[in-house]
Amino acid sequence: MRSVSHSAVPDAIIGEPLIEARGLSYAYGSTPVVDDVDLTVSRGEFVALVGPNGSGKSTLLRVLLGALRPSRGSVRLLGRPSSEVVDRWRIGYVPQRPTLAPDVPATVREIVMTGRLARRGWWRPLRSADVDAVGHALESVGLDDLADHPITQLSGGQQQRVFIARAFASEPELLVLDEPIAGIDAESQRRFRDSLVHLIGEHGAGVLLVSHELSAVADVIDRVVVLKRRVLFDGPPARLVDEGVSLGIHQEDLPLWLEGLR
Amino acid sequence: MAGGVAVIAALPLPFPFELTFMQRALAAGLVVGVFAPLIGTFLVQKRMSLIGDGIGHIAFAGVGAGLLAGIYPVWTALTFAVGGALGIEWLRARRKAGGDLALALFFYSGIALGTVLASAQGGLGTSILGFLFGQPLTVDGTEMAVILALGAVVVGLVIALRRVLFAVVTDEDWSSVVGLPVRAMNALLAVLTAVAVVAAMQIVGILLIAALMVLPVATGQLLGRSFNGTLRIAVGVGVGSVIAGLTSARLWGLAPGGAIVLVAALVFLVVALLRHTIPGGLTMEVPER
Repeated sequence: MRSVSHSAVPDAIIGEPLIEARGLSYAYGSTPVVDDVDLTVSRGEFVALVGPNGSGKSTLLRVLLGALRPSRGSVRLLGRPSSEVVDRWRIGYVPQRPTLAPDVPATVREIVMTGRLARRGWWRPLRSADVDAVGHALESVGLDDLADHPITQLSGGQQQRVFIARAFASEPELLVLDEPIAGIDAESQRRFRDSLVHLIGEHGAGVLLVSHELSAVADVIDRVVVLKRRVLFDGPPARLVDEGVSLGIHQEDLPLWLEGLR
Repeated sequence: MAGGVAVIAALPLPFPFELTFMQRALAAGLVVGVFAPLIGTFLVQKRMSLIGDGIGHIAFAGVGAGLLAGIYPVWTALTFAVGGALGIEWLRARRKAGGDLALALFFYSGIALGTVLASAQGGLGTSILGFLFGQPLTVDGTEMAVILALGAVVVGLVIALRRVLFAVVTDEDWSSVVGLPVRAMNALLAVLTAVAVVAAMQIVGILLIAALMVLPVATGQLLGRSFNGTLRIAVGVGVGSVIAGLTSARLWGLAPGGAIVLVAALVFLVVALLRHTIPGGLTMEVPER
């Protein structure tokens, strides 16, 4: 059962694979962090990647996005080997920790505008359509009032929403989010969920979300992938629940429900 | 360009800029006062505030090599500086060494090599000291032409590419994921820095060019709310420091390069103190876009 309806998207493109990882392994030195992982994220699909701390989630994301070279296995991104992807602007990415320096002198709008830059082509001047897209992205995370504030004056949760808006601004076909809603209030989580539903339903985007907090998005997830170095489970949330595990569990509980999956 | 210099020299400016040599020093200083903070704003975001100084010392080795080999030292300085800047960037990007460690490696090797090469050809002459501390009051027509042309190129490139440079220097990991040209922009910034240092050092000295890449930016960061605002304030402080520094140099017979740097440092100090003492802080509202 699909959780998000794809009313505005041609049927032909739904299901087209955006990420295809086969037999993927990565080791720091001789310590394997990710081992023999198969993972697919397709257009119109919402996949949640969960696992306890140190289970290799962030490393897996970095390998999938081409920031790290796998020690074994292959990744295809947007239909090509990840090192050969030329249209990377189709990817929206929200990093786990804000990667900006704590004293960067920039407004919220300036940061979100860089998301547009990737899509427009960095050498092209920005147009009114780009300004509009930035405005919509800011609205979708509830930051339109703070658009011209210095980002350094925002709280950690608000800053995280800025990075979500930056990813939304590029209208991505593949959206990869690493722990984006930790520390975000309930109202913002609801907006965030609605924006994801819009992106998937109206634009046929595929979403890969790493999170310990799935309660806000539980009803729209198509597949849950449980990672603990290897993939322990990959299937619809209902099946995960059948196997004695409920969604929205905090990280302290994760080892418990991993027990249930053995 | 010589004609252009003649026009500048003929301008009926008031004291202390009524004399030809002061007008040339002012023109050269203003160009540096604009382009050094422009480049520097991006370097400071990259945590590479000291790169201007580092490259200056590598260029110093290039000057020594040129004097020893009998080649026009500006060309050897440029070759060394561009090579060094790209080397520092290579070390930093591959995380072989932290940004400051990469700089230190080149910085000390550069100054040591420069000293060895210069002593090999008969000691540290006044021409070498000129490169270190600058001789803004003896700018000639050719030097003016070089610095004006370079200033135009730097300002043009930085303004045209400011958005992508901003994205790359503030968030390199994200920029690579979404396909922005991270390596190309880092290399461009390194080369621009090297070229700017070499072109400006004979006139204003390594000290001044490196200082103007950082001190006005520090003030800009205190006062600016946005990145564009910070850029504008930094350039404003750079230009203002050049004018005030040259004026005080003329009035009290100070070393002009040093006077300009001291003014820029003083501005930062005053702004930082005011920000600290005025309730609610001190910011300049800068309209966006």
